[in-house]
Amino acid sequence: MSTFQPSFPHQHLLGIEGLKEADISQIIDLADKYVDQNRQTNKKKDLLEGLTQINLFFENSTRTRMSFELAGKRLGADVINMSMSTSSIKKGETLIDTASTLNAMRPDLLVVRHGSAGAVKLLSRKVDCAVINAGDGKHEHPTQALLDALTIRRRKGRLARLTVAICGDVLHSRVARSNIHLLNIMGARVRLIGPPTLIPTGAEKLGTEVFHCMEEGLKGCDIIMMLRLQTERMHGGYFPSISEYFSLYGLDYEKLAHAKDDALILHPGPMNRGVEIDAKVADDLTRSAIQEQVEMGVAVRMACLDLLTRERRGVN
Amino acid sequence: MNEVTLYTNARLLDPESGLDIKGELLTINTEIAALGIKVEAPKNAKIIDLKGNCLCPGLIDMRVFIGIPGEDYKDTIKNTGEAAAAGGVTTVCVQPNSDPIIDSIPHIEYLAIRAKNSLVNFIAMPAVTKQLEGKEISEIGLMSKAGHNFFTDCSSTIENAALMSRIFKYASAFDALIITHLAEPNLSKNGCMNAGDLATRLGLPGIPTAAETIVLERDMRLLKSSNCRYHASQITCADSIKVLKNAKRDGYNVTAGVAVPHISLNEYAIEDYRTFTKISPPLRSEDDRVAVIEALKDGTIDVIVSGHDPEDPETKRVPFEQAESGVIGLETLLNICLEIYHNDSIDLLSILAKMTSNPAKIMGLKSGRLKIGAPADLCVFDLNVPYRIEAEKMISITKNTCFDGRPVQGRVVKTVVGGESVYEYAG
Repeated sequence: MSTFQPSFPHQHLLGIEGLKEADISQIIDLADKYVDQNRQTNKKKDLLEGLTQINLFFENSTRTRMSFELAGKRLGADVINMSMSTSSIKKGETLIDTASTLNAMRPDLLVVRHGSAGAVKLLSRKVDCAVINAGDGKHEHPTQALLDALTIRRRKGRLARLTVAICGDVLHSRVARSNIHLLNIMGARVRLIGPPTLIPTGAEKLGTEVFHCMEEGLKGCDIIMMLRLQTERMHGGYFPSISEYFSLYGLDYEKLAHAKDDALILHPGPMNRGVEIDAKVADDLTRSAIQEQVEMGVAVRMACLDLLTRERRGVN
Repeated sequence: MNEVTLYTNARLLDPESGLDIKGELLTINTEIAALGIKVEAPKNAKIIDLKGNCLCPGLIDMRVFIGIPGEDYKDTIKNTGEAAAAGGVTTVCVQPNSDPIIDSIPHIEYLAIRAKNSLVNFIAMPAVTKQLEGKEISEIGLMSKAGHNFFTDCSSTIENAALMSRIFKYASAFDALIITHLAEPNLSKNGCMNAGDLATRLGLPGIPTAAETIVLERDMRLLKSSNCRYHASQITCADSIKVLKNAKRDGYNVTAGVAVPHISLNEYAIEDYRTFTKISPPLRSEDDRVAVIEALKDGTIDVIVSGHDPEDPETKRVPFEQAESGVIGLETLLNICLEIYHNDSIDLLSILAKMTSNPAKIMGLKSGRLKIGAPADLCVFDLNVPYRIEAEKMISITKNTCFDGRPVQGRVVKTVVGGESVYEYAG
């Protein structure tokens, strides 16, 4: 790694909205280097030695939490995981009290996931350390968008001028929102594909083109981002049946044929096979980068942890 | 022994008669005794020089939540009275959602007893349906005959159209006014801000304007078969205004109100999840806000309310979705409304009418006008003085204002209730 390490111009990473092209490039460039490090036998560095990272998850998560944990450990931080189910929160301590309590323990990094939009931002105002949003309600999930961007850039060489289709349950998806912001900032063209009931109001104003016919929307696409159907957040009446949904919006080879021949498939996971994506397509390593996304996830999170602690580590 | 006061050197503003002159006003005991350019005062009159400030009828606020009894920790009646007085509000219409709920004569009387020594008039606005449950009609007839012929289920919409239809019919027999909250329950459920691209960006569940408009449309349809007096408590969007306009043109007995935040703020005030801007109905788009001002100007909207709703700050120091709705507003009712006078959107008498003579007329109150024999409920304000609103300086205990730090022009300097001075700006 080069000796010159510019600092990151933000105290926290709360969302993609508000970042500049240069900020995003800085994260992805650094993450790219961490990919190489992660592929070596000795993956560990002592960059964050002595620093404490707390992963505070108010919502269940396995992969994102593990990815952050691994990222922190590979950089030498002391990583603590705290799972707070929302019900125990309701019983007593408020979010702000939790924040003050944790802050008193002097962590250097807080990685927070919460079921309510804006909750991570609220918490970030009450602590002195760097805060990374690991997903807040339907609002944002910035590291997911960054890892998607890294995956795309490594495969396609760039993000600008690519046509990216984000497909499925956009309404309930923070991943989609972060990706819409990121892809727009980086100069990609963003399409949304899904039934009108799963496309949020005013989506066009966020810089997207909306399609309700998947075949039409996929035409000429370089990247297909499938989203998980979040049935746990739906209470009736978004679409008639899973089989109708799969038939109209599930990605199979037939629909895939409408995209570019070398179109790349992404999915943030966990996948519902046979609901939003055909199992064979998902496992097709020539088309799908789903496993790669998981690998990029660790690298991107290492880059974020590195960048957000530069100032307190006295690195410039 | 008569209590006689002569207010001199005043700009008298009476929206009902259109009076706007430099003059004097005389009160004897609890009533206005004379007014004009020059008033002949008895020798024993106490003379108060208003130094050219405006003198208008005391404000009537048709939508105030006090949560008392039941939630006395939020604020007290005494303190609410002081806040009202500081805002030039002389009559506070108390919403029925206290504990116990105000839905019968004993509850009305209970509030009257508790509010007896307060600085301003507290009028109970009883519930339309028993326990605010939207299932059975409360004793509208008995309460109307006892002088409380205005009813509201305050923050809930009566979902059952058949019941609503019966309410309109029944109420018409007692010349009762039915005041509605317009929010179709299924469309509003879980929502916490205006539906649209901003809600999408913030990842917050939205409430479409249709939630309001379709209830209003339903009610207009139901009113066709009764002659019930109807008042929509808060109108927030252009579509509803169209419906109202048509209803008024077609001769329906319909009036409508709007809350101050919907006049002065749009949904962008929420940006960064400011829970102090969370209200019900939610702040709408800029186009809707502009439509509301237009409707105030052309008379489609008759009343402005504060929607005063003290909420414990703890219920606001949580993520936006979980935060309680509601903002305080008694102390900022007039000065925020004056914004649209100062920016030439509406003339002074018209804006004052929405807080004085119009609510008085709709509710059948004697106050709200400068007229011989009317109650000496008065508001004196400096029309032009500029300053910033400071939440910390407010009298309301909970301080949950959405206007903290806002620069305004115009300040209440004196409030009189029943001939007695209840507030004096101390500087």
